[in-house]
Amino acid sequence: MSIDKFPIEASHIMMFARSVADDNQIYYDENYAKGTEVGSIIAPPTFPQASAQFDPDYFLRPKVGEDWFGSGKEPTSVKRESSGGGGGGGGLHAEQHFEYHRHLKPGDVLTGTTQPGKTWEKEGKRSGKLVFSETVTEYRDQNGELVITATGVGVRTERPVDQ
Amino acid sequence: MALKASELKVGDTYSECLVEDLSRTQIVMYAGASGDYNPVHTDQLFTEKVAGYPSVFAHGMLTMGMTGRMVTNYVGDGRLTKYGVRFTSQVWPGDTLNSTATVEEISDGIVNLKVETTNQDGAMVLSGYAIAKVD
Repeated sequence: MSIDKFPIEASHIMMFARSVADDNQIYYDENYAKGTEVGSIIAPPTFPQASAQFDPDYFLRPKVGEDWFGSGKEPTSVKRESSGGGGGGGGLHAEQHFEYHRHLKPGDVLTGTTQPGKTWEKEGKRSGKLVFSETVTEYRDQNGELVITATGVGVRTERPVDQ
Repeated sequence: MALKASELKVGDTYSECLVEDLSRTQIVMYAGASGDYNPVHTDQLFTEKVAGYPSVFAHGMLTMGMTGRMVTNYVGDGRLTKYGVRFTSQVWPGDTLNSTATVEEISDGIVNLKVETTNQDGAMVLSGYAIAKVD
């Protein structure tokens, strides 16, 4: 995955903050933010995840003219072999780590470059064999400075996790 | 409103209720804002019939995002240098989540926090750490 252009925008920060039920006015109100130590609106800590909106190939977003694996009239619009359960199309999210070299603010324009990291396997009691894979994404700003390092770990399970 | 190292000690805790009776609408809001439209989070028919789960469930990142609110309410804005978590159980519509940060270490203007979020049954749904600059 690579993201050529992830513009950090105030309205997107506002919607993201609402979606995590965070009413801290530093995410909403420029005038309030000016009076804080930070001095401007910033993005909430997990906001880099919303870079998915700007990844042209992100597979967990329906795309015009392509089948979508979620339901329409039927449970899925895609006829295909089972991928082995465990989260439908994307596996499950096992871990997420962020390192902040600085905090994002409206006006920043990031690029993101993702490299595969480690992979490992484990036998799970509730879901059979687990295959973990790590990805490391470096976000750089408009000056080429590294601003966020994001490390994600995904897991594919042999079957849905027992409840 | 950042923390002051001189006023912190190892073992101090800060807690918040993140959400009561998590709504499916909140999950939809997270899908829309984050761009993660995996149907297991919003599409009951798909989730039951294809993915094999009893119900849609929250994005792990929604729990991390709400937990991050607890963390930034504690350490102040723009103070985090690292924040990382492991998702230990799924979070379902109707869940009530509580989250706690515990001071593990304070040194050189930096505080190390253990971060844990549990559901109404006391099951851990997220465990991790946050590292922040303090005054």
